[in-house]
Amino acid sequence: MSRPSMWETLRGIVRRDLLLAMRRRSDAAMSVFFLVIVASLFPLGVGPEPAVLRMIAPGVLWVAALLACLLSLGRVFTADYLDGVLEQMLLISQPLAVLVVGKVFAHWLISGLPVVLLSPLLGLQFGLGGESLGVLVLSLLLGTPTLSMIGAIGAALVLGVRGSGLLIALLVLPLYVPVLIFGAGAVTSSLAGIGGEANLSLLGACLALSLFFAPWATAAALRIALE
Amino acid sequence: MSFMGVNWLKYSSPQAFYPLAGSLIPWCAAAAILLIGVGLYIGFFIAPTDFQQGEAYRIIFVHVPAAWMSMFLYVVMAAWAGLGLGLNARLSFMMAQAIAPTGAMFTFLALLTGAMWGKPTWGAWWVWDARLTSELILLFQYAGVMLLRTSIDDLRRADRASAVLALVGVVNVPIIYFSVRWWNTLHQGASVSMTAAPKMAATMLTAMLLMTVGFWMYSLAVTLARMRCVMVERESLLSWGKQASMQEVAEAR
Repeated sequence: MSRPSMWETLRGIVRRDLLLAMRRRSDAAMSVFFLVIVASLFPLGVGPEPAVLRMIAPGVLWVAALLACLLSLGRVFTADYLDGVLEQMLLISQPLAVLVVGKVFAHWLISGLPVVLLSPLLGLQFGLGGESLGVLVLSLLLGTPTLSMIGAIGAALVLGVRGSGLLIALLVLPLYVPVLIFGAGAVTSSLAGIGGEANLSLLGACLALSLFFAPWATAAALRIALE
Repeated sequence: MSFMGVNWLKYSSPQAFYPLAGSLIPWCAAAAILLIGVGLYIGFFIAPTDFQQGEAYRIIFVHVPAAWMSMFLYVVMAAWAGLGLGLNARLSFMMAQAIAPTGAMFTFLALLTGAMWGKPTWGAWWVWDARLTSELILLFQYAGVMLLRTSIDDLRRADRASAVLALVGVVNVPIIYFSVRWWNTLHQGASVSMTAAPKMAATMLTAMLLMTVGFWMYSLAVTLARMRCVMVERESLLSWGKQASMQEVAEAR
């Protein structure tokens, strides 16, 4: 049997995780519903003034998306950790970072991409118009993979630790601050008519940086959790 | 690795480090008391009154050194954590563990004194200034590192997991600082500037430097003392300092 190449390994992991997610669709639907509910709570709390809603829309939608990503982080490794599959996965012939990239990418497809696709609808609810809707989608498209990447480090660190649900929030949320600032900033500046390009570029830079560093740190954290 | 005729690697073993730490603590503590005392005296009584801010500015003699220490200690903690991961050295992890509470304390002190200074000067306890915000997030990061350590029961894993988190945090701190600064300039103009008078009086600078070195000595003393506790705790509650008395107990039996 020939050794599978890096791409084959990656594809295999992504396909497996997607297949597992398809068998349990309610899991994937949960983060989307969460996003919708949280975003709908704000107009109820703040009041229906369109001007106020438009002003807080970037921040509210971004924080809601961030929390939705955070809540789904537990699913990246936990199931595989509990049934022992993860331990077998550590033996793959490819660098562990490849496995991490595959699992995080699958996780993003399951819980990040729906958030991105749904965001224009929520943007409309908050009275965002044409260009800023586009910037919102684009900023989430660039930002949510970064959130998944950074979150995977936390998810690997708290594997099997008691109270891991709360702990992961405490570990990961401070690390999310730059992404939140750039993401919401992009939408805000497009609303103000300055255009969101500068913040979108910075989001892209964050994505590149996290793609480079996070798999490596996550792999180290997984080794620590499973040794 | 010998330097100045001393084999320094010897002290990477807890048994050798324990008495060394014990003999260093009194010196560091005495230096800390002396330096902080003199620094506070110069800062509070000798340094001239600021013509814009009046007497309220004197809190900076605590605030600025505390803020410096909070950031410096985070880097030191991460460096020890990285060293521990790289060399698999137990003592490095213990060092990182012992530094974290002191760093968090200085972060909190910097925030507290900042609020006390902000009230008379800016008219508000809290402003979403870039430095304040990133200092607050630094406090969250300290809390994260300490919480992760306490929630993992396996010592080896707790050491390594919190080390990874500390290292990730150290990469993140500058990004957070710049992101918050740009965010701040986008939202509000430079209505609040933390830059004090352009030229500081020499006595002010002296007081601040004395305080900084004093805080260094304090950190050293407290960290070493905490380190000794950590060692006793980890090495099955056997204190090397008390080994002699334990032997006496054994002989008496």
